[in-house]
Amino acid sequence: MSFPLLTATAALPALGAVATAAVPAAQRTAAKWLALLVSLATLALAVTVLVRFDPDGERYQLTENHAWIEDFGVRYELGVDGIAVALIALTALLIPFIILAGWHDADPLETGSRRWRPTQGFFALILAVEAMVVISFEATDVFLFYIFFEAMLIPMYFLIGGFGDRAHAHGEETAATQRSYAAVKFLLYNLAGGLIMLAAVIGLYVAAGNFSLTEIADARANGTLHMATNTERWLFLGFFFAFAVKAPLWPLHTWLPNAMQEATAPVAVLITAVVDKVGTFAMLRFCLQLFPEASKWATPVVLVLALISIIYGALLAVGQRDIKRLVAYASISHFGFIIMGVFAMTSQGQSGATLYMVNHGISTAALMLVAGFLISRRGSRLIADYGGVQKVAPVLAGTFLIGGLATLSLPGLAPFVSEFLVLVGTFTRYPVIGIIATFGIVLAALYTLVLYQRTMTGPVKPEVSAMPDLRVREVLVVAPLIVLLIFLGVYPKPVTNIIDPAVKQTLSDVHEKDPRPEVEAAK
Amino acid sequence: MENLIAPLIAAPLLGAAVLLVGGRRLDRGGHWIGVLLSFVSFALGLVLFADLLGKGAGHRTLTQHLFSWIPVAGFQADVTFRLDQLSMTFVLLITGVGSLIHLYSVGYMAHDERRRRFFGYLNLFLAAMLLLVLADNYLLLYVGWEGVGLASFLLIGFWQHKPSAATAAKKAFLVNRVGDMGLSIAIMLMFTTFGGFAFGPLLGTHEEPGLVGGASEGKLTAIALMLLLAACGKSAQVPLQSWLGDAMEGPTPVSALIHAATMVTAGVYLIVRSGAIFNAAPDAQLAVTVVGAVTLLFGAIVGCAKDDIKKALAGSTMSQIGYMVLAAGLGPIGYVFAIMHLVTHGFFKAGLFLGAGSVMHGMNDEVDMRRYGGLRKYMPVTFVTFGLGYLAIIGFPGLSGFFSKDKIIEAAFAKGGTEGWILGGAALLGAAITAFYMTRVMLMTFFGEERWRNAPAPSPAEPSVEPAAEAGGEHAVPHPHESPKVMTIPMIVLAVGSVFGGAFFSIGDRFLNWLEPVTGHDHGDSPLSAGVITGATMVCLVVGVALAWAQYGGKPVPALAPRGSLLTRAARRDLLQDDFNHVVLVRGGEHLTRSLVYLDHSLVDGVVNGTAAGFGGLSGRLRRFQNGFARSYAVSMFGGAALLVAATLLMRAV
Repeated sequence: MSFPLLTATAALPALGAVATAAVPAAQRTAAKWLALLVSLATLALAVTVLVRFDPDGERYQLTENHAWIEDFGVRYELGVDGIAVALIALTALLIPFIILAGWHDADPLETGSRRWRPTQGFFALILAVEAMVVISFEATDVFLFYIFFEAMLIPMYFLIGGFGDRAHAHGEETAATQRSYAAVKFLLYNLAGGLIMLAAVIGLYVAAGNFSLTEIADARANGTLHMATNTERWLFLGFFFAFAVKAPLWPLHTWLPNAMQEATAPVAVLITAVVDKVGTFAMLRFCLQLFPEASKWATPVVLVLALISIIYGALLAVGQRDIKRLVAYASISHFGFIIMGVFAMTSQGQSGATLYMVNHGISTAALMLVAGFLISRRGSRLIADYGGVQKVAPVLAGTFLIGGLATLSLPGLAPFVSEFLVLVGTFTRYPVIGIIATFGIVLAALYTLVLYQRTMTGPVKPEVSAMPDLRVREVLVVAPLIVLLIFLGVYPKPVTNIIDPAVKQTLSDVHEKDPRPEVEAAK
Repeated sequence: MENLIAPLIAAPLLGAAVLLVGGRRLDRGGHWIGVLLSFVSFALGLVLFADLLGKGAGHRTLTQHLFSWIPVAGFQADVTFRLDQLSMTFVLLITGVGSLIHLYSVGYMAHDERRRRFFGYLNLFLAAMLLLVLADNYLLLYVGWEGVGLASFLLIGFWQHKPSAATAAKKAFLVNRVGDMGLSIAIMLMFTTFGGFAFGPLLGTHEEPGLVGGASEGKLTAIALMLLLAACGKSAQVPLQSWLGDAMEGPTPVSALIHAATMVTAGVYLIVRSGAIFNAAPDAQLAVTVVGAVTLLFGAIVGCAKDDIKKALAGSTMSQIGYMVLAAGLGPIGYVFAIMHLVTHGFFKAGLFLGAGSVMHGMNDEVDMRRYGGLRKYMPVTFVTFGLGYLAIIGFPGLSGFFSKDKIIEAAFAKGGTEGWILGGAALLGAAITAFYMTRVMLMTFFGEERWRNAPAPSPAEPSVEPAAEAGGEHAVPHPHESPKVMTIPMIVLAVGSVFGGAFFSIGDRFLNWLEPVTGHDHGDSPLSAGVITGATMVCLVVGVALAWAQYGGKPVPALAPRGSLLTRAARRDLLQDDFNHVVLVRGGEHLTRSLVYLDHSLVDGVVNGTAAGFGGLSGRLRRFQNGFARSYAVSMFGGAALLVAATLLMRAV
């Protein structure tokens, strides 16, 4: 039996989480270093997955398949396609930066405060989330996926509710109440989605007799498993609802701004750049493969909701006064693009959507982490409390601008490639929706540049006049992300090469072909 | 030889990277790296130019394929460069004028503590602009297109501690993004119609028509109109012109290079490059000519009313680009002349802006022409070079503008029919107004009494005072003086181009023969003979100069602007465009976003929460969450879910 690489990639951070939590209370620094090293080792495993994966080979590779709960046909079944490989790599890549950026986020507060912050717990929870996200990307057994899809809510809940920004305008008590509200809202929304999905998972078992994605998808493709139209639609809706909450899609989005606002910046990145990606990923993998006809049936509605997300999220971002809420609404707009790309049912749209998940992860991490550095210096999330920062902290301002430019999809940076692919992939089939979505690029420029102008330019506010520029640790977080944004903007081929074959297969699952151009080159 | 194209772009890109990442240790001498790499790029351009000249007229296209950029099923975008006569012309203009302006900036920015960054941004601009004109497909062109927009944003807002500069920078980027939407949609249309967007297969050549020939006129019109929208944004044409005047917040070398000589002409490049599409879409061409004619008058009228020397010149830029767009809209009759005017305008307008910068440099950064006067004695070199640029732009016989503008007016009449008369008339009228406002600038700056001797302190309503003036503290009487050689030499070189460029291009139809293989050319039939048109143009010129002389030469210029007629007042406010934008877009947008923020909280959040509560019968418990007893409930809910699972599994087992 070969080495279970996929299991190892998920198990390592899980064991790391346990080990980190077990470090004695006094050894805070050791716990941090342990967590960082574990995340780097996980990254090494993820890179191994990436290298071992053959884009032109079998659809699911590095598979592992063991009996688990035999009576109910639940199996421990893992396997990755190109889409999963790209997202595992993204996750493993971001976690070290999240840990490094949050290095001091869980330090005990200064003496005099009664609140103790469990440093070990903070880093252990981050690793636990990583483990669950990774296995969600790997699981090809629907029930196995479901378990971790839901289980990751628990560490996330504690990360949001237990750790907030250092200083808070209304004092620690109010902050704790608001954090707790945000954490509960996050949990309730996602549990509600999860419960509905659970019903659908059971329904799927009743209809199919097992939980294996590959078996069910094959049986559906060759006609041995027939589902009544209505059954398929109801099951689709059950799955889709849970993923649309997690992604999140308008109008199920309102938990995200609260959660991102109250969590520390690295945890906010963990939510939007990593955990939420499981939702959009699962739409591609489960909704489209298991319920192809229902997916096509729902496409018009989903596209309209995605379009609303794009424009609505961007407009709300324009109206925000809180930096982190602004980034949250921008993310809602971006998730609209991803979902639109998935359901456009063209290869450009779906390749673009997958690439978008990767690029959005990196660009949001860059923007949000720098925003976190900014907020930690001034102790305020309000845009109006800043002004003229570029004069006192030019490197901070410069990296913030690059993060912003990536968010507005400037050509030359990675997000442009994916956004344009999504737009063009949608346009070929739904020109009107494609054109309206294009307004999103103007609005993105508006909220990003207004944010930059109000915080970074103008006369230096007295409160920021002594603000230090980025420290070495902070530069170490941001610089590699910026290099990646530029590299993948100029040369996205390494990623598209991995994604492309998987997208082709997904597209054939739903029996769709790209529209042909009207005028073809005479051959 | 084609392997030199990438280094042409890479040189300034390297400069930008080194200067921006290099940090403080490059503060002292780093700007010379920027200057050097700009000249390296120019030298490479000259080598390539020599190479092209050595080939036959039909074989002057070089392509360099670097790598496959976005390879996705059915979608192919490559990083490939194309150097032909059209892009070569731009390369020489961009790197030539660009290098001169780099040199000038060494003097102009000598005392700015962020000089290194300024040169980094200038280098970044050069690289992006070169990418724009050398790209072999529309998507790669888009990268350069927004790249120059970024450089423009950074440079307009270079003095970003001034709120006005930061606002102007943001406005420029936003208005341009509206245009970029047009470019995006155009590329998407190309993809759905032709399956690609590379120049070669799409546009074809003279001998071999491209895919464009197979598309319906409706599709081509749609693509062409979207390209026109993009051009309007980048080239500050009505209705997306409002950002250019504000862009004068940037340092003057930036105004000269980006907002006069090169970047703002990119729209003209786009239209001429896409000639094959426009030629097959007459309705779109008509729209192009209308935009050009309206803007050439609009800019000229605005230019008449501005007291800020840079804003007067900005109005003029808008108007001159209007001429180019008008010519480009005329089709093969006009393409060559659009580009020829673009190049001569690059010389004289860059020269005029550098002259204006030199005046400001010697006048404590004062920009209000009402506080100038009689400066010819104090700045002889600036006076002579600015004067030559002035004569060139108004179309004085024998100078550059005379040749290039005259051809456009002729071509406009040659369009024929009522349209021809209207367009030609507008172009003639524009010539008269140009003569008026430029004479006004000339007289107010270099002639008349020395109003700066007893100038009042700058009023707070005039925030466009540059930082050196702030540093000066007291509003002392300025001591006008000539600028250093590093600034005057570029001005002299540009003045030489302004004088001889037009004649050099026109004699023996040099420019026409050079460009024709790319753009094609038709000799239209004008209802008026060339002689009559030249005569009419001369009459317009004389009338414009005479009117300006009567108002600003004969009698003293008041230090404070008179109230003026309704039109004058409207023109000072850029013909109320900003007021319109403010009321409709800014106010309306604010109301919209505010109501949405409110609705998101009260309605969407409320309804979803309420539904969830209703479904689960949770409302009573929800109240408990707000009291902070949430965790126990969450755990119990999860426990419930687990129970449900267990129960189901058990049932199956039994």
